[in-house]
Amino acid sequence: MTGAAPRSDISRRIGALATSRPGVDPAEVAEIAQQVASSMGLDSGTASSNAGAEIQDLSRFIQDLKADLAALRPDAVIDEHLPAAKEELQAVVDATEGATNEIFEAVEAIETLTGKMNKKHSAQVTEAVTRIYEACGFQDITGQRIAKVVSVLGQIELTVNGLLEVFGEEVREAPRERPAAAEPDSDKHLMGGPQLPEAAMSQADIDALLASFD
Amino acid sequence: MTAINMNMPILIVDDYKTMLRIIRNLLKQLGFDNVDEATDGSTALQKLRSKDYGLVISDWNMEPMTGLELLKEVRADSKLGKTPFIMITAESKTENVVAAKQAGVNNYIVKPFNAATLKEKLNTVIGNF
Repeated sequence: MTGAAPRSDISRRIGALATSRPGVDPAEVAEIAQQVASSMGLDSGTASSNAGAEIQDLSRFIQDLKADLAALRPDAVIDEHLPAAKEELQAVVDATEGATNEIFEAVEAIETLTGKMNKKHSAQVTEAVTRIYEACGFQDITGQRIAKVVSVLGQIELTVNGLLEVFGEEVREAPRERPAAAEPDSDKHLMGGPQLPEAAMSQADIDALLASFD
Repeated sequence: MTAINMNMPILIVDDYKTMLRIIRNLLKQLGFDNVDEATDGSTALQKLRSKDYGLVISDWNMEPMTGLELLKEVRADSKLGKTPFIMITAESKTENVVAAKQAGVNNYIVKPFNAATLKEKLNTVIGNF
C-alpha cells in the first residue's frame, strides 16, 4: 500500500460488504475501523496505511476463524452426530423399559406362587421379590439421567446452530476432509455396536445367513 | 451317539460382568457347572493355552483384543484350532456374521438372547443334551 486509502474509498468498500457478506453489518465494521484509528491516535479525517494494515489483519483473522470453525464440521454435528446420539439414547430408554417390564411380569408370576408355599418360604420369596422391585427403580433413574443428557445435547445443538447462523453458508460449504483410510487387516469397521431396532438383523436372519454357507 | 460331557470346562468371555453372570447362570440351569470367565480376549487366550476347554462363548466388542481377533488367534493355534467357538454379541450386521463365519465361528447368537436360543445353539455346536 503506497499511501492511506482516501476516506471515500474506505467507506465504499465497507458499503460493498453489505452485498458480498450479508451477515456482516457495515456499520459495525465502520465503527471497528474508527476505534482502530482512534486507538492509534489517528483522527477520523486522517488516512493512515497503519490503520489499513490493521483492518486487513482483522479481516484475515476473521477468515482464519471461519476456516477453523468450518473444519470442526458444525453442520455434521447438527445433521448427523446429535440426531444419532439422541436416537441411541432413546433406544437405551426403550430397551431398559422393555426389560424392566419383562422382569416385573416374571416376578409377579413368582409372587402368585407364594400363596402355595409354607410361611417361611413365602416370606423368603416375598423378601427377594421386594428387593427385585426396588432394584428395578434403576429404570426410572437412568431414564431421568438420560433425559438430562438429551437436554444438554439440545443446548449444544442451539449453540452450534448459533455458530452456523453467524458464519453462514461458508461453513456448510467448506471443503470436507477425506476420512482417514482404514488400517490394513483391521476389523475396527466391524465394531458398530448394537444397531437401532429397525436396522438390526434378527436371530432368524442370522441363522439363515449362517446356513447359506453350508 | 457320544454322550455330552456335562462337566466339560467352558470359557465365557465378555467385558461386562453382568453378561458373564447371565451366561453363567443360564449354563448352570442347563447343567453346565464347570465355567471359567475372562473379561478380555488376551486373558481368555492365556486361559485357553493353560487348560483344555470344550467350548468358548465370547462377546465381540472388547478392547484391546476383540472377540473376532480372539477367534482368529484360536483358529490359528495348532493346539486350540478346533475348539468350538460361539460368538454372543450385539453386532448384528451382515458383514459381522460373514466375517465371523469366515474366521471359523461355529455359531452366532445376537444380543439380547434368551435361554432357549442358547440351548439350541449349544445343541448345534457340542451336541444334544
